[in-house]
Amino acid sequence: MSTEGLIVFFLVAVTLVGFALVFSSFIPPTSKNLFKAETYECGIETTGITWIQFNVGYYLFAILFLIFDVETVFLYPWATVMKELGIVAFVEILIFLIILGLGLLYAWKKQALKWE
Amino acid sequence: MNIISQVTDSAPKYIIYDFGILTSRIHEWLSSMMNTTWTSVVEMVLIGVVFLSFYALVGLILVYAERKVCAFIQCRLGPMRVGPWGIFQTIADFIKLLMKELLITRNADKFLFNVAPFIVIIASFLAIGTIPFAKGIQALDFNVGVLYLMSVSSLGVLGILLAGWASNNKYSLIGAMRSGAQIVSYELSVGLALMVVVIFAGSMQFSEIVQSQATGWWIWKGHIPVIIAFVIFMIASTAETNRGPFDLAEAESELTAGFHTEYSGIKFAFFFLAEYMNMFIIASIAATVFFGGWMPLHFGNFAAFNHAMDYIPPFVWFFSKTMFVIFLMMWFKWTFPRLRIDQLLTLEWKYLLPINLVNVVLAAFIVLMGWYLI
Repeated sequence: MSTEGLIVFFLVAVTLVGFALVFSSFIPPTSKNLFKAETYECGIETTGITWIQFNVGYYLFAILFLIFDVETVFLYPWATVMKELGIVAFVEILIFLIILGLGLLYAWKKQALKWE
Repeated sequence: MNIISQVTDSAPKYIIYDFGILTSRIHEWLSSMMNTTWTSVVEMVLIGVVFLSFYALVGLILVYAERKVCAFIQCRLGPMRVGPWGIFQTIADFIKLLMKELLITRNADKFLFNVAPFIVIIASFLAIGTIPFAKGIQALDFNVGVLYLMSVSSLGVLGILLAGWASNNKYSLIGAMRSGAQIVSYELSVGLALMVVVIFAGSMQFSEIVQSQATGWWIWKGHIPVIIAFVIFMIASTAETNRGPFDLAEAESELTAGFHTEYSGIKFAFFFLAEYMNMFIIASIAATVFFGGWMPLHFGNFAAFNHAMDYIPPFVWFFSKTMFVIFLMMWFKWTFPRLRIDQLLTLEWKYLLPINLVNVVLAAFIVLMGWYLI
């Protein structure tokens, strides 16, 4: 049931979206006005372009996230069988987490966790 | 040992409220009238309609609840005009939002601008399928339920980033970038906090996690690691939903409305609804994983008390636990001042993540030693 259920859920969600699209193209009033389509910036005209290269700090955190997220996904299968495997699983994950902790420590010392 | 065996004796009493019986009755009734294909089609439509109306209803109730809680915390009355105690206020607001003109700014990337709110709403709708509301009421019962929930709920950030980028508005872009950094960072903590309970329960399936709490909720049974995990989960999930003290993605005093500055009408309503639904999802996951889901409250060998508790229907248990967690999150929001982005990232990477890693090891150690009630 689960996989079909997922498809059903997705279809229902898409139906909701489709309903909204159809509804919003009929019901709300529309009136063309040049100034309505301006970018909102508290009444001041916008200067310069917005699509620029953004602060690199966000990028660094995204990379760190990637490392630790893969590790979290890797830990989940271990977590499910931890009870059955016992001491072997515990020691192995301890080694894994220590290496990972060293990585975090390295990033910390390299000032990668500091927001500029 | 005696206590434990008595508890397990009284555990199966909640069978009287088994909703699996109801769903199988409906299934039999439908299949007596039509063939298999049509039965499954009708059932799917039924599931869709039920969940869709539930989704909308919960969204409306939560918006009303938030306004009332906020008002009482600030010594106000909150919405009072529409209906008794203003209970129809959110319906009126929703109708108003539906009637509003949809604006698209001239400079925006039109396709991405339109797609973004739909990604957010679809992601949050997919997530409510896995929540076990009561015994037998769970649409999607995956054996990798926790992982599925994590993956689906993290899809929402794509919509937020797209919304901010496509708006071509500086407030939106800053808001979206902050929100992206915040959500991806705190997702680690949410994942690791849930992992602690996965270690104890030995399963990622939500129905099994609930079943493993028949003799006591994990917050009691797993003592220290689970309590730490619960605290971290509450902090991290509040940040994940862009709420509370972590709402710097839509900090109205500096960024107008953050990533949804340029949205109007039903698209804004979708962002709004998705935010409240994410709060509901997070709260119901906390209730399921830490507070036993629809399991009634049982104390040691108080047989009479336990029997009395068994007669309260499971969905009442589930929703009261969920509402309790939601109230906690609202309380956070209206109590603490907003964090700065550097404080936010420091809190996650220098405090929560190391504590969490140590906590996972601690939980594994306690499971290894068997220092918890079964």
